[in-house]
Amino acid sequence: MSAKLSNAQIAWRAAQDLPDGAYVNLGIGFPEMIAKFKPDGREVIYHTENGILDFGEAPPAGQEDWDLINAGKKAVTANPGAAFFHHADSFSMVRGGHLDIAVLGAYEVAENGDIANWSTGPGSVPAVGGAMDLVHGAKQIWVVTDHVTKDGKPKLLKHCRLPLTGVGCVTTVFTSLAVVDIKNGRFVLREKLPSISVEELQAVTEATLVVGDKVGDLVVPNV
Amino acid sequence: MDKIFPGIAEAIADIQDGMDVMIGGFGGAGAPIEFIHALVERYKKTGSPGRLTIINNNAGNGKIGIAAMIDAGMVAKMVCSFPRSSDPRAFTEKYLAGQLALELVPQGTLAERIRAGGAGIPAFYTPSSFGTQLAEGKPIAEFEGRKYVQERWLKADVALIKAETADRKGNLTYRKAARNFSPLMAMAAKLTIVQARRVVEPGEIDPEHVVTPGIFVDRVVEVADAVQEEALLRSSASKAGAKS
Repeated sequence: MSAKLSNAQIAWRAAQDLPDGAYVNLGIGFPEMIAKFKPDGREVIYHTENGILDFGEAPPAGQEDWDLINAGKKAVTANPGAAFFHHADSFSMVRGGHLDIAVLGAYEVAENGDIANWSTGPGSVPAVGGAMDLVHGAKQIWVVTDHVTKDGKPKLLKHCRLPLTGVGCVTTVFTSLAVVDIKNGRFVLREKLPSISVEELQAVTEATLVVGDKVGDLVVPNV
Repeated sequence: MDKIFPGIAEAIADIQDGMDVMIGGFGGAGAPIEFIHALVERYKKTGSPGRLTIINNNAGNGKIGIAAMIDAGMVAKMVCSFPRSSDPRAFTEKYLAGQLALELVPQGTLAERIRAGGAGIPAFYTPSSFGTQLAEGKPIAEFEGRKYVQERWLKADVALIKAETADRKGNLTYRKAARNFSPLMAMAAKLTIVQARRVVEPGEIDPEHVVTPGIFVDRVVEVADAVQEEALLRSSASKAGAKS
């Protein structure tokens, strides 16, 4: 079982599920890539914690305005119709349930929707940012991640072992091998790579995958 | 009423040892670098103000801004949400050596605690951090079937703010995403000191466009050629690169 999606391909797959008209927060790093793969013809408005609604792509090198950055401190642009606001308003958008989707990276996700993504435990510098607010605010919480850790251990678990970011909040996980929805405290397999069997997928997933009659093929172009 | 101060040194002269200082900005956007570096200079010359508690989203980057304060040894505690950056050495070294205390606060909770401090609300409930280490020891209550964590207001002795435009009455506008925490911090400190890129006559800022009303502001200094933290970082990085 060597085939797996690259991060860009995982981002592409997640982007296909962005609905037209959605307000979306993309976490810093890997989730930011999703914006690049938004299907044409859908209007998605991106929110960033530091006070911009409807920001656009990075400007060309040399044309950065460092007062116009996203939560990852990267230079962005403001789309026509963008708005600036202070941090309390920004997190009112988050906690007040006004965002449709927030996408995060994760160290671990549990079958009940718990997520751990802010601390690897003692001896490291903890950094939480806006993640603990986002996981309890947006209507849907998506995670994009490799299916396993760098040393091959499952990241989709019965229970998270690392310090939690949020409890029972994740709704969908887009991994390098599968698309898994979380329903009623279970991982429900929606799609998997056609090249691997359900048994092979289960072998690298700690919690039980619920497999219905219809498991779709996870087919992603080379992006 | 005239809140204009002639210079940076006068405006920040009474910041003392052990104070709680809110500093506006998110990363480099909105960071009042001239105020921060003037404090660092004063500390290096006189040994004061030291033992400061600094409240900001981050904990500095490289050896610029808040990182320069930490590096100089004048910070006892950081209250922030994200003490990582592209070059977090100043914070990381002191923190892992046990020389710098950290109160880690979820970003939205940090904003709302500061807002509450300015608004006279001693505590509030938020869903953020429920069920996590950051909620340990805090009262929990259920509303409409969901659990929430009680958080307390956050206030400070001083807020240092960077604005785009100010008038002598203290009305402020900001530039783009440089606004971030600044309007909240301006409300939450006993003494709010602003460096503005441009000082204009009262009335020149359309009342419809005022973001921070002057009642929240005590002192204004015009710093017309203020540097941007990110630009400073990049230029110091490219100079260091040229040397090595």
